Amino acid sequence: MKLAYWMYAGPAHIGTLRVASSFKNVHAIMHAPLGDDYFNVMRSMLERERDFTPVTASIVDRHVLARGSQEKVIENITRKDKEENPDLIILTPTCTSSILQEDLQNFVNRAGLDSKSDVILADVNHYRVNELQAADRTLEQIIRFYLEKARSQSNEPLRKTEKPSANILGIFTLGFHNQHDCRELKRLLTDLGIVINQILPEGGSVTNINELPKAWFNLIPYREVGLMAANYLKNEYDMPYVAVTPMGLLDTENCIREIVDIVKSSDTSYNFDFETYIDTQTRFISQAAWFSRSIDCQNLTGKKAVVFGDATHAASITKILAREMGIRVSCSGTYCKHDADWFREQVDGFCDEVLITDDHTQVADMIARIEPAAIFGTQMERHIGKRLDIPCGVISAPVHIQNFPLGFRPFLGYEGTNQISDLVYNSFTLGMEDHLLEIFGGHDTKEVITKSLSTDSDLAWAPEALTELQRIPGFVRGKIKRNTEKFAREKNCNLITLEIMFAAKEAVGA
Amino acid sequence: MTNSKLTETLTFECETGNYHTFCPISCVAWLYQKIEDSFFLVIGTKTCGYFLQNALGVMIFAEPRYAMAELEEADISAQLNDYKELKRLCLQIKQDRNPSVIVWIGTCTTEIIKMDLEGMAPRLEAEIQTPIVVARANGLDYAFTQGEDTVLAAMVQRCPSNAPEQNQIEKKSLVLFGSLPTNVATQLNLELERCGIQVAGWLPSQRYADLPVLNQNVYVCGINPFLSRTATTLMRRRKCKLISAPFPIGPDGTRAWLEKICSVFNVAPINLIERERLIWDSLEDYIALLRGKSVFFMGDNLLEISLARFLVRCGMIVYEIGIPYLDKRFQSAELQLLEKTCSEMNVAMPRIVEKPDNYNQIQRIRELQPDLAITGMAHANPLEARGINTKWSVEFTFAQIHGFTNARDILELVTRPLRRNKALENLGWNQLVKM
Repeated sequence: MKLAYWMYAGPAHIGTLRVASSFKNVHAIMHAPLGDDYFNVMRSMLERERDFTPVTASIVDRHVLARGSQEKVIENITRKDKEENPDLIILTPTCTSSILQEDLQNFVNRAGLDSKSDVILADVNHYRVNELQAADRTLEQIIRFYLEKARSQSNEPLRKTEKPSANILGIFTLGFHNQHDCRELKRLLTDLGIVINQILPEGGSVTNINELPKAWFNLIPYREVGLMAANYLKNEYDMPYVAVTPMGLLDTENCIREIVDIVKSSDTSYNFDFETYIDTQTRFISQAAWFSRSIDCQNLTGKKAVVFGDATHAASITKILAREMGIRVSCSGTYCKHDADWFREQVDGFCDEVLITDDHTQVADMIARIEPAAIFGTQMERHIGKRLDIPCGVISAPVHIQNFPLGFRPFLGYEGTNQISDLVYNSFTLGMEDHLLEIFGGHDTKEVITKSLSTDSDLAWAPEALTELQRIPGFVRGKIKRNTEKFAREKNCNLITLEIMFAAKEAVGA
Repeated sequence: MTNSKLTETLTFECETGNYHTFCPISCVAWLYQKIEDSFFLVIGTKTCGYFLQNALGVMIFAEPRYAMAELEEADISAQLNDYKELKRLCLQIKQDRNPSVIVWIGTCTTEIIKMDLEGMAPRLEAEIQTPIVVARANGLDYAFTQGEDTVLAAMVQRCPSNAPEQNQIEKKSLVLFGSLPTNVATQLNLELERCGIQVAGWLPSQRYADLPVLNQNVYVCGINPFLSRTATTLMRRRKCKLISAPFPIGPDGTRAWLEKICSVFNVAPINLIERERLIWDSLEDYIALLRGKSVFFMGDNLLEISLARFLVRCGMIVYEIGIPYLDKRFQSAELQLLEKTCSEMNVAMPRIVEKPDNYNQIQRIRELQPDLAITGMAHANPLEARGINTKWSVEFTFAQIHGFTNARDILELVTRPLRRNKALENLGWNQLVKM
């Protein structure tokens, strides 16, 4: 047993459902007790999703527990098959129902006989892997399922596309700025003269997966989800992949160089002038390089920062701060414990220390000890920063509704470098502001002098009414006080009691 | 669809139970704030923990007074000793927070692995010298708000049975049960005081040490419709006398609730009818927006019957009341009032659907096109995108809706989507999905 107050990565079934509901026309059945289906709320609320989340809970209650769930699960699968006509139905248990030790594979086989759609069981151990690992695994499982199915139906070798082409794997729902990154990646690949073959799972169709190997290579923007599928495709279909995250100027360049190498090795006539492209983008199109050299940013020199997040984002941001902006990263860390070795290797030499943990209290202690000028982390670090009065820029999941901006805010590619520069700049107190703060000791006095319009009033507040007033949230307290006093005056009351207070509320909505 | 013809009595149906609602462990989110010296330990899996932190948006604050005892693989496969593990965690909690009571919240997982929480708690309590209350707020047996019911039912056992002053025990007293923000509880106390009745105590109390005295001389009355188990426990275990009344939600419900309590205590309510009328008058601006409009409850927090009754009284037409679970005995007074209200307002009796099926409900919503659907959070955005006004049912759980004073707040919530969409209606962008 573990005493836990908060967790960075969710349970496994969330990862499976994120992948399943990202595909078009795939329905997931959750075999779970009432209340475990909060994934639907997360997706509907955070992504502001207009469509009903294609996830149905097949509820396990006391009754089902006593009778066995086979009948109900199969009934729900065949029912959804008829109601929604999906291409694929994925069955997943949750931590709770997975301990019932039922033969879910058998349920799936039985349900598959009566369904037009394909039916599979998400093959994930709910106690050993987290959300990200489960998402990685489920994506691979679906791709494998459809490619094996296609292979069993035809032996014809797939021909590669005529023009250089790529699949982007790992863009999915509830990801950190994934939609924006995807748009930026498409633009980048188009600039390089590369056609997008497929993007999975977001918006992808399982019926097209058999054409996945037509692409020349796979691009894996985030290593948390997509690597397993990429490795499968490399082993089975000899498809190369690029797993350098194009975040920051230098890694975007590295990513482009790897892509160009792959394309050139298969097509000697590919003669895109990528050197000029990289140079123009880096120095003139993206503002990030210039920004780092601009006078304002001198004051970033030697500032201390702490970075924490998923492996992809934390490593990339650490490298950007250290290499591209001259900021000293005192500690860099990730909660992706399963990827610790890769992470250490990536940030080696770019930070003073490394922290690998999924315990937020350790992160908080580290931040309190280091007292950095700014934090770049998740919503949790933002929360920790608030308590310590240290600004925090959010650079990674776990997500919050604030991390689903409507405007275009990518972290990847050249536009991403601009966004990151803005984020970094706005997270520090800088420039003239910094000087003025030092000279005058701050321009925001903490105690706001409240101009109460009723300070010179003839009214007295009874102690219990005053206590009640104190219970009202600060931002409306003044208004309620004024309205109550106005009401009391109209009623010719000199003493404001609880009764008067509530009566005022009833009368004027104070 | 039965909406067009007037039915004489309420009809009850039961569907598949494939509906969305929150897990009953949600009650931790408001109970830990209500009982100020408590600590809630939810014994469950990562799924439970992620729910608390995510779906409810409960972020940990500087001094969290709830936590997860996260069951790991070794716990599930019984390689570790549950008692030792819980002892380790509870000692740590005691050392860090020193609460007056630790409430263990059992979950679906502790039910399935048959962890004997009730057996372990007394032993551990004796060992660590901190009271431990066990509530099984699991999703196998309960829905959303019923979590509070399990906690309060468990707390009944911890209430003292005798008042310190022995001379008081013969007098009959009134204890109210149900968790309300302190100011709302104060408002209800005041309403009763106006009628000449002193409230002896509340379950839960603000502090664990102040739990009310419960014995055969105590009359108890609930303020929320989801507390049937607590009511039964009070009657069976403490021989308390249950006052069965409609719930104090809306001016009509509040008046009926007060009248019922007054009748039991043999006092004549003073100016109650006048007071109710004044409240209705003050609501007229909102009611004007609602009159003749229709509403559909998908079912979520068990407050549906009371809210529907109030909205019918406001002149709305209720097509369907979905509700996760309906205890017809505990809600009998409320159901009667609903029936009476419908016939007085001359509108069709709504159909009441227990354990609804959300998919079927959405088909019915499409057909009926209600002016407002009160739904769980998972369905609100998709329905809005299809031109259906929605309000989150969960807001009625967290908003202050009880008593005369807060009737306006209910209508503030109910009319908000109508007011918002009225403000936007000239734009003509009501369908936001491609059909």
